[in-house]
Amino acid sequence: MRYAMAIDTKKCVGCGDCVVACQTENNVPHGYCRDWIVENVSGSYPSVQIELRSERCNHCDNAPCVRCCPTGASHIVEGGIVLVTHDECIGCGACIESCPYDARYPHPEGYVDKCTFCKHRVDKGQNPACVDVCPTHCLHFGDLDDPNSDVSKALKNRKWKVLAPEAGTEPQLYFLT
Amino acid sequence: MKEELFVSGRDIPNIDPYLHIWHWQIPLYLYLGGLAAGILFFATYYVIKGKEKQMQTTVKWATIIAPIALVIGLGALFWDLKHKLYFWQLYTTIRFTSPMSWGAWTLMLITPMSIVWVASYMKEMIPGWDWKFGFLNKFEVWIIKNRVPFAWIMMILAVILGVYTGILLSAFNARPLWNTSILGPLFLTSGLSTGLAAIMWMSKDEHERKTLNRIDLILILVELFLIIHLFMGFMAGSAVKTEAASLFLGGEFTVSFWVFVIILGLAFPATLEALELRGFHVPAWLPPFLILFGGLVFRFVMVEAGQITRFLY
Ligand code: SF4
Ligand code: SF4
Repeated sequence: MRYAMAIDTKKCVGCGDCVVACQTENNVPHGYCRDWIVENVSGSYPSVQIELRSERCNHCDNAPCVRCCPTGASHIVEGGIVLVTHDECIGCGACIESCPYDARYPHPEGYVDKCTFCKHRVDKGQNPACVDVCPTHCLHFGDLDDPNSDVSKALKNRKWKVLAPEAGTEPQLYFLT
Repeated sequence: MKEELFVSGRDIPNIDPYLHIWHWQIPLYLYLGGLAAGILFFATYYVIKGKEKQMQTTVKWATIIAPIALVIGLGALFWDLKHKLYFWQLYTTIRFTSPMSWGAWTLMLITPMSIVWVASYMKEMIPGWDWKFGFLNKFEVWIIKNRVPFAWIMMILAVILGVYTGILLSAFNARPLWNTSILGPLFLTSGLSTGLAAIMWMSKDEHERKTLNRIDLILILVELFLIIHLFMGFMAGSAVKTEAASLFLGGEFTVSFWVFVIILGLAFPATLEALELRGFHVPAWLPPFLILFGGLVFRFVMVEAGQITRFLY
């Protein structure tokens, strides 16, 4: 099993619903977020291109945050989801330094926090909160090993890219372009 | 044109717009760790070589700095932890992929060992010193008898500690400025040199100072050589590496790096040391002071600048 997410950059309108859904679902403290929207503008007028991306932790296959954690608080569970055990985390910040995507943040309570792919929902067979709330249905979640999963189907006939592959983390967010 | 911005208004403290998770505590910790490693390396080295008599300050007096530096360094590290009450989790496991983990264990060993080292010279340093308890006296006798093997272990730990202060940073692939294997040897060399500087500052013995002076001069040259290598690597590297180097070549760290670290912290004291060896009179405190100061600025610059370098946004 390998959970992953595909994000359709052609459909995303940057409304930020996924950000708010996550903050509500996961009780993210005010001023913080586990997912966010990036607007990438490239080219020169009049031929400019805009790409909108809903980003979050990439649940990397080769996760540097897990490797550098001194206590084992950062770990990988079944399906490749990268999690932080709060009462094992000492808040040293090594994992924050190690993440090329700046996907982690120090929770005001001291431990480090990040996207969990809404494991509590996924375990019940549901989608992560951001996926379900997206009004344009541009987020696709599921098991890459299952050819019939939402994410596998979304990736099948589309071109995609991952962010900063040169960082070598084998990220598992696929951006449909 | 290429522009990327957070339309959802991400503005997390210490993450945006630039990463600034590690403040002054970590560079101070790395500095004091390197300093202690340097002092302990030379103390143990001269004991192993049987030169205790000629190098009194190196072997005895200066080592008092080591445990103090290590304890303050550990204090700084603890200060920087954001989930402090759970710090003991560090010592429930050892994880070799995490420099932070094996570094913490190295410190756990070398700190008490350095205290034992100083204590074993107490009677020589302070005539009439008495341990009051019989078992302490017995322990002292045992340590003094086994001083050479003890020195070997501590010397190896000192090298590990010195390298660790660099590897802690170089293990982070996500920060292109840090992610170079030269950082380990570079920080080790710098640590050895600052250690020597501290010993030289304390030493009143002309012969001892000269010997250390000579070694330090070589270390500074090695350090400069490694720094040139560092930049050659960056300039020949990928875009993120050249960007990292540009912070020092016209970017915001240009002055602090070239003026304070390279010129005042390395080149100038090296020149003074060379002059001193040729018989010129140089104030004894000046080269060590400059080296110690330059080393401190070096750690601060590297930790600050490294956090700015990145792959995205
Ligand atoms: S995106 Fe960052 S936090 Fe998430 S698994 Fe990868 S390295 Fe770790
Ligand atoms: S901050 Fe917590 S999760 Fe991150 S590396 Fe340190 S102990 Fe591990």
